[in-house]
This record gives sequence, structure tokens and C-alpha cells, in this order.
Amino acid sequence: MTVEKFDAIVVGAGMSGNAAAYTMASRGLKVLQLERGEYPGSKNVQGAILYANMLETIIPDFRDDAPLERHLVEQRFWVMDDTSHTGMHYRSDDFNEPAPNRYTIIRAQFDKWFSRKVRAAGAIVLCETTATELALDGDGKVIGVHTDREGGIIHAEAVVLAEGVNGLLGTRAGFRKLPKPEAVALAVKEMHFLPEEVIAERFGLSGNQGCVIEAAGTISRGMAGLGFLYTNKESISLGIGCLVSDFAATMERPYALLEAFKGHPSIRPLLAGSEIKEYAAHLIPEGGFKAIPQLFGNGWVVVGDAAQLNNAVHREGSNLAMTSGRIAGEAIAMVKSRGRPMTSENLSLYKAMLDKSFVVKDLRKYKDMPALIHTNSRNFFMTYPQLLSQAAQNFVRVDGTPKIEKERATTAAFVKARSRWGLVSDAVRLALAWR
Amino acid sequence: MTTSLVRIEDKLYQNRYLVDAGRPHIKVRQHQSPSSNLLALTLVCPANCYEVNEDGQVEITADGCMECGTCRVLCEESGDIDWSYPRGGFGVLFKFG
Repeated sequence: MTVEKFDAIVVGAGMSGNAAAYTMASRGLKVLQLERGEYPGSKNVQGAILYANMLETIIPDFRDDAPLERHLVEQRFWVMDDTSHTGMHYRSDDFNEPAPNRYTIIRAQFDKWFSRKVRAAGAIVLCETTATELALDGDGKVIGVHTDREGGIIHAEAVVLAEGVNGLLGTRAGFRKLPKPEAVALAVKEMHFLPEEVIAERFGLSGNQGCVIEAAGTISRGMAGLGFLYTNKESISLGIGCLVSDFAATMERPYALLEAFKGHPSIRPLLAGSEIKEYAAHLIPEGGFKAIPQLFGNGWVVVGDAAQLNNAVHREGSNLAMTSGRIAGEAIAMVKSRGRPMTSENLSLYKAMLDKSFVVKDLRKYKDMPALIHTNSRNFFMTYPQLLSQAAQNFVRVDGTPKIEKERATTAAFVKARSRWGLVSDAVRLALAWR
Repeated sequence: MTTSLVRIEDKLYQNRYLVDAGRPHIKVRQHQSPSSNLLALTLVCPANCYEVNEDGQVEITADGCMECGTCRVLCEESGDIDWSYPRGGFGVLFKFG
């Protein structure tokens, strides 16, 4: 009996796994993709925003049939204290373009669509199958995977670990460590359903236009965290996430945080009358460049969230996942086409290609940001938002106090909270980390 | 609605699960008194799967688990818990995700 052998096994059917499987299958490789969920997407959680450019590179005509919710025309950044928000809004008619730049999506639906494309490209997709362990030969080369199905090892030349932020295979094999609590955020999220026209009216949208709110401040109770609100066609995705290390230290309940965010006077009216249909939780990689593990080895590569490829500053993840999956797929296809074995040396092509892409360049740019945010969370997420809120109110409230006194009071509040040296030092450190 | 009135059970009720009866995918190791991280899970787990029993030990009921991995990140390395994914097809089934 001859053992069936695949060119590649992709573990996971999220953004990175689908991109990798599609790329390899469409180049003629024999690909098996394993997904533990009932269908692709049933285990996947994201805000979610889709970045068109990175999907276009893989599937140029995706707009023809992909389940897209709204194209984004407006982005609101809010700094919040308990009763107010100070906002920076950017809205542009330029985003009403023939091929829009960003869309909201619902992952369970989008991933099903992406998986259909993967199948159409020729890959075999096996759902309801949990990969439990990598299979290694005597030399430590990955030769396939064990699953919870009967039948023993499934063999492949290369394994693409697209197993998500909480992936088991790579950590069990010792290829990378489990993320540290300060390198991952726990986000909780709810799906709020509202009639399409109500969403349009509340956010000033027409047609398929969408709006995004991202908010930081006292909503995270001093933890490093972010709240978000994304408009879908007939629903609103609302969530909040904070570093796991901060949750453990403060013992805050994640869903209590979410309830408080929903009840904030700036958020509550936007959700009024909604019907909640799902509550989800997920980890987000936040460690940045310094948390990227070994990306390739003898017979394997790791992509997407499993490789910590997430840009926390810009809140981009799915595009990095998709791009890393595509590049891994291209690299494996190239090695294969040259008739070479999937050794560590040959698979280093993946890292070389990824290093040249925006994925690693962007993460390198912000390499010092995670440490700064992690060690100064109370200042950035509590003290400054409160100071900014007070300053804004002081500026707009008219109460007979001479303006010069108001300005002095505002300045004094900042100095009292952080000291002159503290203010300068915070600004310099932030600027250096951003640079 | 105030936060104190929210019951996590009501939130989880909205979700779909296929529970693998008798085969929990997370187990808490036997202990006399819980470590600080293990104790934190009784508050930090977003599905409220962890509880302190009468004897002061932490127990888990993983039926409502959303498989986020927070407990794994906090307690696997120390050996406080054993963490696996549910068997294929079992566990939480997100409708929207």
C-alpha cells in the first residue's frame, strides 16, 4: 500500500490558512487543509475589517461574490473618560470609490466564502478535524500531522501552521513559545442587530457606507486596552480588549468591562433597541516585532496570528495574516517547482520574502511600542484621557471664568498629574516608539 | 442596565455549542490552594468557566468555553491546567465570529 502524501498540509482555515492554501492549490500543489470547526469560520473571531488591497493580490475579483458588509467612509478615534469622549473623526467621499479600500465583514460568512475559493482552486478541505500534533522523523523534520481522526499520520512535504494566536501544534513541538500574558490582549465582543436604515441614520450613512469607532480611555480602567464599534449592514460589532497581563493583575471581569462600555453615554444611544445575537471572546497578538517567533524550520512554516503578525498600533491583523499566508504559499510553491526538498534552508525563502513586505517592515517600525504601552498603561489609558476630557470641557464650557485662568488651570492639571519632567518624558518616549 | 445585574449565563445562552459530554478539553490540576493566576481565572475567564469550590480550590466547567486561550496563556506553563482544543466539530460554533 502506498501512503498518500500531500505537497502541503495547512493547519487552520482562517485568513492566513486560506491565503496559503489558495496560493498553493492555484499553483498546482496537492494541498490538504485541516479545520477543527464545523465549517471554516465557525471558530474564528475578528472585529472585523477586511483590507481590500491584500485580498486583491490573492483574489483580484473578490468583490464579485465575497460577503462584504459596508465599505468604510468614516473613522472615529475617541479618547474617553466616564462621561465624555473627545474625538478625531476622519470622513472622506474619496472612500466612495469604485474599488473601496476597507470593508466591514462577518468572519463566519466571509471565511466560508474564502474556503469555497480554496476548494475551487483544488485544495481538499477537511473540517471537524483537530490537528493534535506534528509528526516528526528521526532527524526532527516535520513529515505530517496527527489528527483526532482515525488513520494515523497524514503525510506532507511541508506543513503550514496557520493555527491562530492560540495554536497548539507549534508550541507542543517546541518551535515557538506560548505567548506571554503581556503579548496578547483578550477581546470580548457582541453582535448587536438593528435594522439597516436605523444604522444608516445613526451614523449618517447611505447605501453600503460604513463607519468605525475606536476608543481608548477610562473604559479600560487603567489597563492597556481599546474599545471598538464597527457598523455592518444590519448589525454592529461592539467589543473591548485589554492585555491579558493587565486582566490578571487587576482581576477585572471582561464582560463587565463590555457592559460598562455599552452603557457609556456616548455609546448607549448608538446601540439603543438592538438585539444581541452572539457573545465571543478571542486573543489578539500584541507583542509586535519582538514577539515574532522562528518562522520556518525543517518541513514547516508558521503564518498569521500564530506568528504574532499583528500590527497593534494600526489595529491591522487580517491583512498581515493573509499576506504572510500568501507569501508562505508562494515560497513553498517555488521550492517545489525547483524540485528541492522542504528543508529549513530552502524554506528560509519565506522569511526572506516576508522581511521585504510591509508585514515585517510595519512591525519593525513599532517594535518599541508594545513595551511602552505595557509598562505605562495607567498613564496612557487613564490619566491622559481624563486630563484631555477635562481640558476639552474647560475649553468649551462658558461660565464667566476668564480664559487665561482656564488655560492656567488646564496646564496646572497636566503638571500636577504627570509633572513637567513626566510630560516631556512621556512625549519623547512616545515619539521614539512611533518613529 | 448596571454591570452587577449582568449574568454571563445570559450572554452565553446566545451562543451555539456542541458539548463533548464527558470529555472536557481543559482540566485543572489537583491543588491544595490555587496559584494567583489560577485564582484570577475565576474573574478573568470571559465565559466564567472557573469557580472556587467550598474547599477553596478552583474548578472548571468548560461547557461555555469560547476557546480564547486566556487561561492557557496564564496557567499552562505553570502546570496549573492542561489545555487542548475540543475534538473536531465540538465546542463553540460561532454564527458570526
